Amino acid sequence: MNDEVATASGRPGAIVAEEARPSQEVRSLWREGLGRLLSNKLAIVGMVIVGVVILSALFAPLLATQHPDSNGIFNAYPKENKLPPSWEHPMGTDDLGRDILSLILYGSRVSLLVGVVSVGLAIVIGSFLGAVAGFMGGRSDSWIMRLMDILLAFPGILLALVIVILVGPGLFNAMVAVGIVSIPIYARIARASVLGEVGKDYVLAARSMGASSARLLLGHIAPNALSALIVAASLGIATAILDAAALGFLGLGAQPPTPEWGLMLSRNKSHMFTSPWMVFFPGAAIMFLVLGFNLLGDGLRDALDPRLARRA
Amino acid sequence: MEPLLEVKDLTTRFHTRDGVVYAVNGISYTLEEGEVLGVVGESGCGKSVHALSIMRLIETPPGRIERGEVWFNGRDLLRVTGEELRQIRGAELAMVFQDPMTSLNPAYTVGFQIMEALQLHLGMDRAAARRRAGELLAIVGIPQAATRLDDYPHQFSGGMRQRVMIAMALSCNPKVLIADEPTTALDVTVQAQIVDLIKRLQQRLGLAVIWITHDLGVVAELARTVNVMYAGYVVERGSVHEVFHRPHHPYTVGLLASLPRMDQPAGARLRSIRGAPPSLLDLAPGCPFAARCSLVVEQCWQEMPPVEERESPGHLVACWRWQAVAAGEMT
Repeated sequence: MNDEVATASGRPGAIVAEEARPSQEVRSLWREGLGRLLSNKLAIVGMVIVGVVILSALFAPLLATQHPDSNGIFNAYPKENKLPPSWEHPMGTDDLGRDILSLILYGSRVSLLVGVVSVGLAIVIGSFLGAVAGFMGGRSDSWIMRLMDILLAFPGILLALVIVILVGPGLFNAMVAVGIVSIPIYARIARASVLGEVGKDYVLAARSMGASSARLLLGHIAPNALSALIVAASLGIATAILDAAALGFLGLGAQPPTPEWGLMLSRNKSHMFTSPWMVFFPGAAIMFLVLGFNLLGDGLRDALDPRLARRA
Repeated sequence: MEPLLEVKDLTTRFHTRDGVVYAVNGISYTLEEGEVLGVVGESGCGKSVHALSIMRLIETPPGRIERGEVWFNGRDLLRVTGEELRQIRGAELAMVFQDPMTSLNPAYTVGFQIMEALQLHLGMDRAAARRRAGELLAIVGIPQAATRLDDYPHQFSGGMRQRVMIAMALSCNPKVLIADEPTTALDVTVQAQIVDLIKRLQQRLGLAVIWITHDLGVVAELARTVNVMYAGYVVERGSVHEVFHRPHHPYTVGLLASLPRMDQPAGARLRSIRGAPPSLLDLAPGCPFAARCSLVVEQCWQEMPPVEERESPGHLVACWRWQAVAAGEMT
């Protein structure tokens, strides 16, 4: 039974290889994607950056020299204020004499939390809406997507701003606002993925074997639609962090004494020319983390998207 | 004996922005237990759409099954509830599709996909389902079946994937297998193997098969009866022997004549039916073959001939000029 002989690929090794392949390892598409990701240099840089930040967030209590008390307040050392970077304070001190490196380390927790929570919120709600719209079509589709269009019509930060003004400032509200603003993005992606998969033969085949709509959507279509959402999530976390920092900068996000990077920029901006390190390091931290997620997101996109094209 | 499947006046249309597409126009036939029926016709004649209509897999806007009944096991499939239909699909009627490359979900292993049906319809637990899935893969001729259960679709060649699809379709012991051009996307040697496989399975399991194809050779080898379809109508129906040796419809004659023959001298011209099939959009009344028929008369343009049994029992034809065809006036 030599199906393989018929598929001549020109390479002499190929004929034997096909038959000998009956698998030693499970070569799932995810594993192949991971392999592709790891061979992408920029993606690795992105992963390293994100990894460093995650580690700083986890080990902040061990790495920082100053720590917040139970109220989250860092002690002020007025005599040591506005000191430039030195061995004792690698990033200098701010206007209250607090060690900026410690603030940055604890601030990484805030930024990561904001990124993950707001994107998490947006993905859960957005993909649900988008999948329903794509799967059901017709009027549900129209209504849902029109609502998404309305949300998308506003520039993200502006809409987040409006929401926060309405519900009041604060880190939690900022997270929710940024989340709501991002919902349409994931809705669109989920809808497009579902529409793309729904026409495929395997969905018809599953339906012909008696699968119900719920089973089709959750069991069959979802895994294939995931890759686009994963890519969007990574890039989305970057945007969410930026948006939250912007809100913090405007005083509408994290409130003092939370060591949020955007808030630090805002507080220290008046000292920008006299004590530049106070502004440089928080700004660089934001840039660094956002860059990391962007690189990771790009790498994921390259690794995950062509997987089907390659195999078909 | 009560037929296993009875299709009555099945009519399916697609309501598109450009007009109504008359895909299937009042076809009727029966299928006995264990019978292999071939459905032939060129692309666009409605053979696939009629099969999808039987399983109610037509996309409902814009398609709609306008009329008809499909009797199976004492129930009209076109009128059962969604829940009943889901139970029937896979367990009593199963379908194999044309393109094996896309009929399997790339995100799951082959074993998982076969097991899913077993667990759903037969209520098997994971271990039992896995064992049965392995047996099924072996039955359809996949070497090292037990290990292959954990492989993904992209690790199989086209012919292998089609075998997997057949295994999946047969997993719950259906009474009817509808195969919609299952070998069209495969090369000839693989096609021969798949046809052989279906033949053996059909004999072993007493399965009734509806084999849809445009390949008359496959029909000759595999089927007992044949429906010849054209523009959504069944224009001729009968035993393969009858229809192939004594065709009564001009279209059938044309189809058979267009087959290249081994005993033709080299360089001989291929005979084709002049003209092209009519557009199914807003189909005109009258026989759809009229524009291409060498025996056409005025009545053909006015009225679609009814499908009726003429001459031999079990041999039905829809043609006003069938006697002329039978008398050999076309050659």
